[in-house]
Amino acid sequence: MATTDQEVNELIKREYEHGFVTEIEVDTFEPGLNEDVVTRLSEIKKEPEFMLEWRLKAYRRWLEMEEPEWAHVGYPKIDYNAISYYSAPKRKEDMPQSLDDVDPELLKTYEKLGIPLHERAKLAGVAVDAVFDSVSVATTFKEPLAKAGVIFCSISEAMRDHPELVKKYLGTVVPHTDNYFAGLNSAVFSDGTFVYVPKGVRCPMELSTYFRINAANTGQFERTLIIADEGSYVSYLEGCTAPMRDENQLHAAVVELVALDDAQIKYSTVQNWYPGDENGKGGIYNFVTKRAACIGKNSKVSWTQVETGSAVTWKYPSCILRGDNSVGEFYSVALTHNHQQADTGTKMIHLGKNTSSTIISKGISAGKSSNAYRGLVKFGPRAEGARNFTQCDSLLIGDRCGAHTFPYIESLNKSAIVEHEATTSKVSDEQMFLCRQRGIDPERAVSMIVNGFCKEVFKELPMEFAVEAGKLLEVSLEGSVG
Amino acid sequence: MLSIKNLHASVEGKEILKGINLEIKAGEVHAIMGPNGSGKSTLSQVLAGNDAFEVTSGEVTLNGENLLEKETEERAREGVFLAFQYPVEIPGVSNLQFMRTAVNAMRHHKGEPEMNAAEFMKLAREVSKQVDLDPAFLKRGVNEGFSGGEKKRNEIMQALLLQPKLAILDETDSGLDIDALKVVSDGVNALRAQDRAILMVTHYQRLLDHIVPDYVHVLADGKIVKSGGRELALELEERGYGWLGIKEDATEASSAN
Ligand SMILES: Nc1ncnc2c1ncn2[C@@H]1O[C@H](COP(=O)(O)OP(=O)(O)O)[C@@H](O)[C@H]1O
Ligand SMILES: [Mg+2]
Repeated sequence: MATTDQEVNELIKREYEHGFVTEIEVDTFEPGLNEDVVTRLSEIKKEPEFMLEWRLKAYRRWLEMEEPEWAHVGYPKIDYNAISYYSAPKRKEDMPQSLDDVDPELLKTYEKLGIPLHERAKLAGVAVDAVFDSVSVATTFKEPLAKAGVIFCSISEAMRDHPELVKKYLGTVVPHTDNYFAGLNSAVFSDGTFVYVPKGVRCPMELSTYFRINAANTGQFERTLIIADEGSYVSYLEGCTAPMRDENQLHAAVVELVALDDAQIKYSTVQNWYPGDENGKGGIYNFVTKRAACIGKNSKVSWTQVETGSAVTWKYPSCILRGDNSVGEFYSVALTHNHQQADTGTKMIHLGKNTSSTIISKGISAGKSSNAYRGLVKFGPRAEGARNFTQCDSLLIGDRCGAHTFPYIESLNKSAIVEHEATTSKVSDEQMFLCRQRGIDPERAVSMIVNGFCKEVFKELPMEFAVEAGKLLEVSLEGSVG
Repeated sequence: MLSIKNLHASVEGKEILKGINLEIKAGEVHAIMGPNGSGKSTLSQVLAGNDAFEVTSGEVTLNGENLLEKETEERAREGVFLAFQYPVEIPGVSNLQFMRTAVNAMRHHKGEPEMNAAEFMKLAREVSKQVDLDPAFLKRGVNEGFSGGEKKRNEIMQALLLQPKLAILDETDSGLDIDALKVVSDGVNALRAQDRAILMVTHYQRLLDHIVPDYVHVLADGKIVKSGGRELALELEERGYGWLGIKEDATEASSAN
């Protein structure tokens, strides 16, 4: 049966259903990056003084840094002076006081994306922070959350209303010196989400941020900071889309998670940025630094990601397991198609005693895409009894795509235990024939086989989003069989 | 129902089927016997539309319609079912989900409403009992870690669920112990119906003790060399293939089964 091998070569249209542009009045900075731009950005956001200094320090350091080239991806050099660092919908007030203040065009945009923000139509049990280009435009369910003591707001608001928390934690997990894109983000980040869950509180609902890039030639540099105080629990989900544009757009985000004693953070991502067309034109460059610090004992952070979009993805959600008995988990599905490139994985840094980590990575490549897993598991000298389990599975659809695995292990403690399993498989002609012989469409068959391959990761997603993720894979795989 | 005329097929440039002629009417059960490597599986796969095999000449019609020009899934939806000799595993896809997707594909084709998960679960549990398969198998990945016998029972279960017009059973009896053989045979007998044709490929006559065929054909080197009633099977049992001038095994030992 030649379906998967031969007909896959006739890769056809891949429909990206979020590719529309919202016509809306915006305030946009002229392209270009200098100290003045950083200062204006801080001013326009009415940030406290310490933030401006923080940004400028990061900016000066960034100028001395080099763009990394070690990842298994290739893209033309980015001209950082051709990008605009701020674009926001115009509005009367500085902050949307309520949803009534939000431009109806914007509300329509989110509705079209399946994220209704209106009180009546809101996603049941999920509070949403909607970030449009450089600013947060709406946050739902603020009141019930406030009653529980949970702070859920844009990071701009947090800098004004909770400067002590921001000052205490911002940059402690991902310092501006960490890497090139984190340095850039620290200088120019425009908005993002802030979450604080107080001691002993189990956040009463899922929290989520929905990121949307709309403006052309604008970078999105969001910054997310989540702090789970002692004994608290929070589950957070982010979703992302962008219009179809022929130019590449840069998205360089930083996410910092802090888990104190006995706290748990579950962070899930469904990333569906515009991947470019079937010839590799356009698409988002997704260069993201996500890191969690399990600073408290018995704390736990789980990263679950479903990555189907972007032209180039460079992303390694990581855990620093400092607290004794702390737990880090990374569950990932990364799907690449057409000319997409993904270099993704995780770092698990075991510092505390009896820390444990689990890595389950599922890479799916179709078309001419390239998909790499890069993982580092490190055990510090104090990490007595620490252990890691890693499983990396690659699935190939067709014969012109590639899968690569780069596992690194560094151990400074003899008692540490590492288990590593890796497999590479294909959607076989026999599997396809069996499905089709039972009357199942070839496309449905591929998506079913791929979903089966991803099952261990999907079961980690919050219920509402597991179904979504399955559907997203189906759409993303469109045209992968003839 | 099924009419095969002068069917030639090859794989990787090598001719395997060298002019098959066969007529099967609704309600009939035909057995195809023959040594290893004679082309039994090839015939089954060609009928089901596996395009690893190339049909070089000949004609196949199902209820008057040209089968060969249809895609595998179209043939399936029109009632062609193949129980595989070596069912493949699909890790992570639950048997239940797989079967429901298949059943719903058929229902969709017939313009019937799809079955929801609860409705299908009920049906699947009943049918799994019929083939003596623990309902726990429904939750497992398709054929994932199934024993040989479990795979075969799983195939028969799918035939019972899909209620095909033409059921092709490729060595559904091989590798089964006596009890499992009984279960599988009962399943096949339950499939027997006025409006259904069954083409049973088998290596051993023992299956035919349980499922009495209307006709028996002997396939050797890609051709049907002898046809008869069920007494032909008994004769083969007694005398082997030698008296027909056929070598016992047409392939290397590795393909034996
Ligand atoms: N995919 C294939 N590639 C190459 N040769 C094949 C393939 N399938 C079957 N054959 C060959 O075709 C002949 C008939 O095989 P098969 O139809 O499986 O016989 P049977 O089922 O009667 O044992 C054998 O010589 C076998 O080696
Ligand atoms: Mg065979």
